[in-house]
Amino acid sequence: MPAALDAVAAIKARWAGVTDRASLDHPAVNVPASELLDVLRSLKEEHGFDMLVDVAGVDWAAGARPRFTVVYHVFSTARHEYVRIAADCADDAAPEMPSAVGLWPGANWHEREVFDMFGIRFAGHPDLRRILMWDGYLHYPLRKDFPLAGIETELPDAEVAAVTKTGAIAAPMAGGPFVAAHGGINMGDAEPRAKDESWSERRPKPGP
Amino acid sequence: MVASNTELAYNSKIEGDVIVSRADAVINWIRSSSMWPMPMGLACCAIELMGVAASRFDIARFGAEVMRFSPKQADVMIVAGTVTYKMSSAVRRIYDQMLAPKWVIAMGACASTGGMYRSYAVLQGVDRILPVDVYVSGCPPRPEALLDALIKLQEKVKREPSASKLLSA
Repeated sequence: MPAALDAVAAIKARWAGVTDRASLDHPAVNVPASELLDVLRSLKEEHGFDMLVDVAGVDWAAGARPRFTVVYHVFSTARHEYVRIAADCADDAAPEMPSAVGLWPGANWHEREVFDMFGIRFAGHPDLRRILMWDGYLHYPLRKDFPLAGIETELPDAEVAAVTKTGAIAAPMAGGPFVAAHGGINMGDAEPRAKDESWSERRPKPGP
Repeated sequence: MVASNTELAYNSKIEGDVIVSRADAVINWIRSSSMWPMPMGLACCAIELMGVAASRFDIARFGAEVMRFSPKQADVMIVAGTVTYKMSSAVRRIYDQMLAPKWVIAMGACASTGGMYRSYAVLQGVDRILPVDVYVSGCPPRPEALLDALIKLQEKVKREPSASKLLSA
């Protein structure tokens, strides 16, 4: 039996709250947030999953319960196997998750990114600041209710904003994402174009 | 019999060490012949910018080979790549630190308009925060396109009323 399945079986036997999670590749489990750190520590110290590959956030859209999930991928450098661990955030309005920085220092920036993009706070994180967007940005761009074009806001630097009199604008989408049209045309000759060309920056989108 | 004058250019034996010209022509000739770039390399356009500087395309032929990484020594900022909002304040600050006269080339689709990055994170054209003199299309542009932009900028500089600007400043 591969080490990953062994480890998952051992974890499920030890913590009653741990359940199987649908997965097409690696063994995956759902873990209650309260037991997350114990499970991760057990995987790291008892089962040899010594490397934290990624920490990712999921937003299941406003209204879903639970709304936010944090997904961890751990890897065993000795056996070359992965285990995926998912934990739901209890609070949908102010999602929070214990920080794994104490186990893997590398979790620091992963968790900052999840915080930056989803607004999930990591309790016990030593330096929970935004990492991609600038400090003072008000929104969490990878949440489902955030528009791709962005929300009009101020430039990061107040002095530059005062001099240039401009701000961060909602990007002009002009008919949506630009794609090469499918159908009976030679894709080599096709220029990528907007899906809906009935409107543009100059000609506003017709109302509903 | 009068010999026709075959002297088409300046001849120091005849005219001495005196050249008569317009101040604008002299100043602009000096400025446009050695435009030192500030390479604001932010994305893949910067790789193409390196190609322009290297031997095959050789921007030195146009007097702009001295890439200065100090804004105080640079004349023309070449914004090569995607300017994110987070980076925009740094770009503007470096431009502010350049000494006048200074010019800006927006190299490539991203610097000119935001390009394919219609997104919350990317400045939709560097002309929102900088006065751009020349835009270069392409993603990334060919090295020849950047050289063409440099030549166009030199032509623009040669048309500027530099002397009156200096006197009024």
